[in-house]
Amino acid sequence: MIVLDKVNKYYGDYHALVDITERVENNEVLVVCGPSGSGKSTLIRTLNRLEEIDSGKIEIDGRDIHARGLDVNALRAGIGFVFQSFNLFPHLTVLENCTLAPVKLGRATKLEARDYAMQLLERVGLAHKRDAYPNALSGGQQQRVAIARALAMRPPIMLFDEPTSALDPEMVGEVLQVMRGLAGEGMTMVCVTHEMGFARDVADRVWFMAEGKILEQATPQEFFANPRHPRAQQFLADRRRD
Amino acid sequence: MLFDPSILQSGEYHGWLVQGFILSIQLTVISFAFALPFGALVAVMRTSTFAPLRALGATVVEAIRNVPLLAHLLFWYFAFPELLPESAREILYANNPEVVCAVIALTLYAGVHMAEDIRSGIRAVPATQLEAARSLGLGRAAAVRLVLLPQALRASVPPLLSQTVNLWKDTSVATVIGAAELMYQAARVETASFRSLEAFTFATLAYLTVSLVISLLAHLFQRRYPVRTT
Amino acid sequence: MLELIDTYWLYFLVGQYPQGPLGGLVLTILLSGAALVLAMPLGLLLGVARVSPYRAISLPVAGLVQVVRAVPLLLVLFWVYFFLPAVTGVKTSQATTMLMVLVVFDSVYLAEIVAAGMRALPKGQLESARSLGLGYGAALRHVVLPQTLRHGLPSIVNQLVSTIKATSLGYIIGLSEVSFIATQINTLVFTQAVEVYLILALTYFILCFGLSRLAFLLERRLQRPTAHLVQAS
Repeated sequence: MIVLDKVNKYYGDYHALVDITERVENNEVLVVCGPSGSGKSTLIRTLNRLEEIDSGKIEIDGRDIHARGLDVNALRAGIGFVFQSFNLFPHLTVLENCTLAPVKLGRATKLEARDYAMQLLERVGLAHKRDAYPNALSGGQQQRVAIARALAMRPPIMLFDEPTSALDPEMVGEVLQVMRGLAGEGMTMVCVTHEMGFARDVADRVWFMAEGKILEQATPQEFFANPRHPRAQQFLADRRRD
Repeated sequence: MLFDPSILQSGEYHGWLVQGFILSIQLTVISFAFALPFGALVAVMRTSTFAPLRALGATVVEAIRNVPLLAHLLFWYFAFPELLPESAREILYANNPEVVCAVIALTLYAGVHMAEDIRSGIRAVPATQLEAARSLGLGRAAAVRLVLLPQALRASVPPLLSQTVNLWKDTSVATVIGAAELMYQAARVETASFRSLEAFTFATLAYLTVSLVISLLAHLFQRRYPVRTT
Repeated sequence: MLELIDTYWLYFLVGQYPQGPLGGLVLTILLSGAALVLAMPLGLLLGVARVSPYRAISLPVAGLVQVVRAVPLLLVLFWVYFFLPAVTGVKTSQATTMLMVLVVFDSVYLAEIVAAGMRALPKGQLESARSLGLGYGAALRHVVLPQTLRHGLPSIVNQLVSTIKATSLGYIIGLSEVSFIATQINTLVFTQAVEVYLILALTYFILCFGLSRLAFLLERRLQRPTAHLVQAS
């Protein structure tokens, strides 16, 4: 589904992504973890071109996403992205947040969009908040709405950029639960997260990143029990100490 | 309709325009000289711990700021002399009343805007600075003078320079009471010769040049003395 | 003072209307309002251009803003009123001239307000809109600009105050706005200059101070703490 081939990115002189070559299969749940500054967020943001790359190739569903003449908006419409800071639109209600894109992009009539959005809000447990504004919701609620908003576009892939890092601990669970549900339905997901429990339970594979490189990739069982790369060992040891 | 630069370089019209330019500069400099201390005084009043003083400062600012400069000029030129005793009025009328009234109006108008800039400069200095100064044993006046004001003024310089550009532009309004500054002279040249293009070009270049020079000064100042926060 | 007001209040308010063109306080208010409204579309356009990442678009606009802010409004007024008719052959009325010049100035200042508002909006808003597949234009229209204008409302009201004060310059080209009318009244009455100009000042004060207070209250309302907006570091 997603193919990365020798992807490199620089910020000035800083080599943020180093020769990334990997694949993500259909229906796979991939967790990307690593210390801060490792390039995890940068990597995931290159997948919907929120960040541009300097060399290499990225293919999604067989198509080069940097091909000339490719419609970036159409690309993004086919990828759901969930941000660390939710980024709900504060001037729109919860329901309007979810229906804006499908309607304005002509993917659905207002009625169809509303119906589907309500289904999604039911699924994330927030149907009763449909007419509320984001600032009346807790962080966990906002993030669940953000997931519903992304799902409203019916994307085949969902990307999560540290979805629970900005949440108070007691709200992390409700968001992870939604994500588990999605994984259970076979959604292709790439998640940058520090939530090792989620990785252990739900991920099909784990990528460990540091200093812009994918240093290790393995199944969660292998990774957590027997990390091979010394940096990965260090990382997990630090985590266990917390 | 050809552009004839000769009148901009010499001759009677040139003389008028240059005189006007000089008076505009003079109005700016004199008004600035009075406006800055006036503004500083009002800013200190507005940040005083003594409530009536704060109220007075706020009243002065709002009363002057919410009335257009043109109305101020009309007041000082047509109404104010009526309030003076006969002898004072005579002295005023004998000594360039247009310029005097223009300076008064410009001073007050620019002054209150500068007061607001200085006040925001004072507010930009964290309260902890004064606390630190007081903790060292400095009295309030000394703390204000040695720690607060220097930092406040540095923060105020860019908006103050911007205000100076406004003052320079505002001198043009003094034409309404007959002060023979640049706009007055430009209009005079236009009436006398119908050469509006040349006269207005002269005025435009003059205003642009001085404005840009002052803005450049502001830019250089910010580069050389950036606001350094801990 | 009271007989003064009693005799001339209507003239002060509407000038010679209906026996002549509209003037006085009503003209001042209508001109200012119209100028601001007409300047909004252009101001929005220029503001968006001002923050464009393409320097070919943002630099000329920045240049235009610099030039407009460096010259007195009165000078532009003179250009349009005295020079332009010689070029176009069309002599515009004082009111039309004033309106055109006010629109130019207002659109430049509004552009700065829009640009500042756009820069202040968290980057994530545009990013999340684009991530949903909305194009830049659609993202601006539905997500960025509604928020920008909402937050910029106090500044826009302050710009209205500036515009009201700027209309007074029409006096110099003979526009019958409220300062001009006041001077006409002064010429008629002759002995009450202080009263006349105090009333003029008071009129402006009530109008402008009132609007500034409105702007202040709007600003306060916008800053009410919005719960649960967790900002990620």
